[in-house]
Amino acid sequence: MSSALARVALRPERSAWWRLLTEPRSALGVLIAVVVLLAALFGPMLSSYTPESPDFLATLAPPSGMHWLGTDDLGRDVLARILYGARVSLLVGLSSVGAALLLGLPIGLVSGYAGGWTDSVLMRCMDVLLAFPGILLALGITAALGASLSNTILAIAVVNLPVLARVARGQALAVRGLDFVTAERALGFKEATILWRCVLPNTLSPILVQASVLLASSIITEAYLSFLGLGVQPPIPSWGNMLHDAVGFLDQAAWLAWFPGAAIFLTVLAFNLLGDGLRDRLDPRD
Amino acid sequence: MIRTILGRIVALIPVLFGLCVLSFTLLSMVPGDPVTAMLGLEADPTAIAALRAKYALDDPLVVRFFAWFGHVLLGDLGRSIQTGRPVTAMIGSALVPTLQLGAAAMVVSLLVAIPAGIIAAVRRNSAADLAVSLLALCGLSLPSFWLGILLILGLSISLPLLPSSGYVPFLSDPDAAFAHLVLPALTLGTAMAAATMRMTRAAMIEVLSADYIRTAKAKGLPARRVVWHHALSNAMLPVMTLVGLQFGQLLGGVVITETVFSWPGIGKLTVDAIFARDYPVVQGAILVTATLFVLINLATDLLYTVLDPRLRSAR
Repeated sequence: MSSALARVALRPERSAWWRLLTEPRSALGVLIAVVVLLAALFGPMLSSYTPESPDFLATLAPPSGMHWLGTDDLGRDVLARILYGARVSLLVGLSSVGAALLLGLPIGLVSGYAGGWTDSVLMRCMDVLLAFPGILLALGITAALGASLSNTILAIAVVNLPVLARVARGQALAVRGLDFVTAERALGFKEATILWRCVLPNTLSPILVQASVLLASSIITEAYLSFLGLGVQPPIPSWGNMLHDAVGFLDQAAWLAWFPGAAIFLTVLAFNLLGDGLRDRLDPRD
Repeated sequence: MIRTILGRIVALIPVLFGLCVLSFTLLSMVPGDPVTAMLGLEADPTAIAALRAKYALDDPLVVRFFAWFGHVLLGDLGRSIQTGRPVTAMIGSALVPTLQLGAAAMVVSLLVAIPAGIIAAVRRNSAADLAVSLLALCGLSLPSFWLGILLILGLSISLPLLPSSGYVPFLSDPDAAFAHLVLPALTLGTAMAAATMRMTRAAMIEVLSADYIRTAKAKGLPARRVVWHHALSNAMLPVMTLVGLQFGQLLGGVVITETVFSWPGIGKLTVDAIFARDYPVVQGAILVTATLFVLINLATDLLYTVLDPRLRSAR
């Protein structure tokens, strides 16, 4: 019963979610994010063009009724590629944050809850990962493993891992000395059960806030890596490698740079707005 | 105080060792043979064997690590497989343009962010505040390489006012050097400005609601003096900490900006070396960048402790 009470006491009230949706900035973030999600899920089906099929009779065509956002140097439809690119961006963002959560959350919880040597060893490992600027670490990993979609996800997950582990550890440290945890221990519950039932639920709010911010930064990092040629590889379209291709045609076909960049900007803006809104509503530190 | 500083430095040793291990191990996993990449697929096997022996590429990983680590401790990061030049010298010459770009980006960032953050805080909930908050959010969401491309499109291609790429040393031609610096500095400075703007606004709002500010106003001091003299000096402490941390982050950001503008700094050196499979240069560049990053963060942290009397007494 004590853990149930603890969950009720420390969980954000239900209306926080409603307030999130009614606050203009976070509502805008949710709206853009939903549009991007729908574009990623259904966009490629709606477009009459495929993202990879070239049309050498329509190379570098400017935006028109036929090709709303123009075509690239191989005559591929930019809109179709952007819609498919949304899938890649969201896939990389969600998978890398998800993978980092799967590993970072247990590391952080065990580290903060156990303390002592376990904490020292685990956190020094995380410190080493944090000691690299994020993009440089991701660059090193993709350079080592080879440029591909799966290695991009892995590289970004490794960059996100110590951030989430640190947040989870901080929360676990704060919770482990509270009365309801002591009560659970006195009732004879195993440490693993206490971690799962008491500590974990109370770390979720700040983790959720951090995850939404990391989603935005992961999408940008994927675009950076692909732009440098070390992320998602052609012919799979990603917003980053579309911009990489656009650089060679800036004086002839500026639209090749406008639209993929705008897609990255709006998507990242959406998750930043959402992150800000979540922080205002859920983070007890604020 | 000295004990605190020494403690922080000692705590850094395992992190720096971890940096070395990770930098070395990562780059030892690179697919493909650097010697084949350098000599070509049809190279003479004797030449390949000789070059592999020269760089000790056939030794076990642990042996190679400790041999490399021993040299690193002496400041020797090896020689570039591609050019044969010492990696330390290559990194040293690349650091000059990088630091130059970083300093210019910092100036751009502070010139925009601090006045904007102050105006937003002083006129809280006004249209100016909303505009600054939106600008900051947009700046944080703007991918720097896209901004760089847009600046090239606007100021180099549509209006040919500034060069789109390249680097000119200040000592050889200051005007051309400045012209080449503007676009990369604007690109790199914008993202930094966004975060600094937010922090300045938040810090100023907190300070402006403090009792001593109310007292200063009650004494009849002019509003301008209260803001610029009494409030700003205290609000700047967290802002300066963020700026210090951003200077470290900037070492990561330059990888993209330098590539977009063909700026011959450490970021471009790293990317070029990755594509050339030049292991020693990539290892050295990553290690030096990460070490600088850690040291800048430490210096910022220590400076904060020194400057804030509350932290000093707390320790």
